[in-house]
Amino acid sequence: MKPKHRRLTFVLIGLGLLGVAAALVLSAFDEAIVFFRSPTELVEKPEIGDRRLRVGGLVEEGSVERGGGADVRFRITDLENAVPVLYTGILPDLFREGQGVVAEGRMEDGVFIADGILAKHDENYMPPEVADALKKSGQWQHMREKLEESGQMTKDKAQ
Amino acid sequence: MTVELGHFALILALVIAVVQGTVPIVGAHRNHAAWMDLARTAALAQFALVAMSFGCLMHAYVTSDFSVLNVAMNSHSSKPLLYKISGTWGNHEGSMLLWVLILTVFGAAAAAFGGNLPPTLRARALAVQAWIAIGFYLFILLTSNPFERLVPAAVDGRGLNPLLQDPGLAFHPPFLYLGYVGFSMAFSFSIAALIEGRVDAAWARWVRPWTLAAWTFLTIGITLGSWWAYYELGWGGWWFWDPVENASFMPWLAGTALLHSAIVVEKRDTLKGWTVFLAIVTFGLSLLGTFLVRSGVLTSVHAFATDPARGVFILLLLVIIIGGSFALFAWRGPSLRGGGMFRPISREGGLLLNNLLLSTAAASVLLGTLYPLMLESVGGGKVSVGPPFFNAVFIPLMAPLVVAMAVGALLPWKRADIASALKRLWLAALVAAAAVAATWTVYADAPLVGLVGMGLAAWLFVGTLVELAGRIRLLRATPGESLRRFATLPRAAWGMTLAHAGLAVAIAGMTGAGVWKVESIQVMAPGETVNVGGYDYLFEGAERSRGPNYTILGGRFTVTRDGRPVTTLFPEKRTYPVEGRQTTEAAIHTTFWGDLYAVIGDPAGNDGGYVTRIYFNPLVAWMWGGVAIMVVGGMLSLTDRRHRVGAPTRRRTTGRAKPAPAEA
Repeated sequence: MKPKHRRLTFVLIGLGLLGVAAALVLSAFDEAIVFFRSPTELVEKPEIGDRRLRVGGLVEEGSVERGGGADVRFRITDLENAVPVLYTGILPDLFREGQGVVAEGRMEDGVFIADGILAKHDENYMPPEVADALKKSGQWQHMREKLEESGQMTKDKAQ
Repeated sequence: MTVELGHFALILALVIAVVQGTVPIVGAHRNHAAWMDLARTAALAQFALVAMSFGCLMHAYVTSDFSVLNVAMNSHSSKPLLYKISGTWGNHEGSMLLWVLILTVFGAAAAAFGGNLPPTLRARALAVQAWIAIGFYLFILLTSNPFERLVPAAVDGRGLNPLLQDPGLAFHPPFLYLGYVGFSMAFSFSIAALIEGRVDAAWARWVRPWTLAAWTFLTIGITLGSWWAYYELGWGGWWFWDPVENASFMPWLAGTALLHSAIVVEKRDTLKGWTVFLAIVTFGLSLLGTFLVRSGVLTSVHAFATDPARGVFILLLLVIIIGGSFALFAWRGPSLRGGGMFRPISREGGLLLNNLLLSTAAASVLLGTLYPLMLESVGGGKVSVGPPFFNAVFIPLMAPLVVAMAVGALLPWKRADIASALKRLWLAALVAAAAVAATWTVYADAPLVGLVGMGLAAWLFVGTLVELAGRIRLLRATPGESLRRFATLPRAAWGMTLAHAGLAVAIAGMTGAGVWKVESIQVMAPGETVNVGGYDYLFEGAERSRGPNYTILGGRFTVTRDGRPVTTLFPEKRTYPVEGRQTTEAAIHTTFWGDLYAVIGDPAGNDGGYVTRIYFNPLVAWMWGGVAIMVVGGMLSLTDRRHRVGAPTRRRTTGRAKPAPAEA
């Protein structure tokens, strides 16, 4: 086999592999992509709740209720609208009222059934989506001040 | 005072790096020996200065000097000493200082042990190292200065994030960075080779052990992180395909490919352009990993607070380094001509297939990780890409790799006969079939991925042993002769055998833990029993006690199986008053066949009950054990004499030059 043919063989194998990978990617993406929605988007367009999604915002103050068994009910708010959430399991250590939170699951009869609550490792951390959701609802400035007050967000250090 | 000294040392290191990045390059161009040799002195000086700078910061942490902003923000006087020390790198500023410290360690190692390298190559490679260092010095000094003073000084610090107060995580960043930054060695030498327009066996002989060392460290670092997530987060899982995890996994995949293609360059003098390309990609992915973790552009379960200005700076650095390297590669790459010819079915062909599959896997992980960013930038909305995508893409790409691994190791160089290799693997095929059958018998409803995983693990394990048997001519020569060959087998051969066998064991563990995990979440009052995975967990109650800088809510489970006692588990929920935070400490009892794993949550119900989460995670010990075998393989291979002797003889002996680069 001439070097040219040899190289061609490998190029073809490489392209074939890329093709297979691309096909796998495309077939997988349909189920594997999870859209992020803010509570306001969900309230305004309930039809987007038919598929798996993430909802982010703040845990509404005074909304956390522990039901029978390991059930926890609370509301996620962007300070404009709020979505009721039901979660079964142990909440992350940093889950607290007034804190930013991202829940993953799907809507059922107006209640968001979460099968995962994104835990954070750092209380100063605000998931970018949550910050955006708050910005969109026009409550960001208000929220930011509140968060800085409670120490959940550090002020920009003056250099 | 020490703090200012540390700051000053870092600035001085930057100045020296500028000299190291310019003078030796000119010297190499004009063949001016003294100018080239300046690189070695400068690299050693940089290391001394950054080590001093890092030592000053660590001193501030150990003595709890709260007049330093960084210490006041991230430490507390009541912390145990270990976490005062690890607190030095448990924050953004300190961890970037650790990053450059490790970069200068590698630079100094190249200067001290590179006595047998061609002087122009060494001078140019050290200059490239200096350019990288300049970028990171500027980054630290301009955006993330750890030596900033706090006036007036704080009375006490705000404490270290309690999740980081853990031995597994204390040493996770140093190992991860040793891996990330270790790939800078292969990168610098690739850029230097592109400038010179020459890649030869001596180049590969130098790059290979450093890549292997970086790979070994990165493997340890990733595993420590995964292990920590497993026992500390209390989710019962060890890998979540989270962006931050992927950030460390992509360089590992590319680095594994690089490790294998460097062998081809060394032994067969071909695949040169590809190897140089891979070295650039691997280090580029390491930088990208640093960027993803430090900028907070992606939502991650492992993310820490971030500052967008820093993200932009690293992105800029990334674009300059990667863009510049690829431009240089496009310009000079075609001049790297390969020598050795080979047929598609040969050891070279096998290693190339390994490279293609690993790079495709790395590319698809990259695609999945960056897809949310790409979609958002074109206004497609906010999405996240979760484990279903990665499992669906990654596993089918890895399965053929594992099948080919056993075969490829049996193929001779240049040209090979695949039929005779397959014939030698009859035993592996038989055992793989038996493993599938055994799995089927135990779990009649086993999913396909579980059966395939177990079959592949058995195939690779036995296939690796077949290769070893072939090397020592087991049953073909006399037992004495086989024993003699066994005892004198080169350590690099042992490295391969152990790394491949370790991967086989780890695949079995990952398959078991991924497919047959049993999870049970419930509220349990004292005296209640729950059965998980064949074990009865009796909840005896919970009580409070004190740790060094936290209070403990400790649960107590007595575990029995068919009435016979197995163990007692004590999961904890710790509360750190300084930080006002809680952490979960899962209780784990490891057995050969699986881990018993219990977590205690919040109080629930009216009769003193608690939310509890109990798992049976099959074969987890196999996973950690398999990775440990791989790491031992990597280290053993590093001590191989062949990585040292046979390299071009040293030009002259210098006082500094030590004989063993691979033992660093």
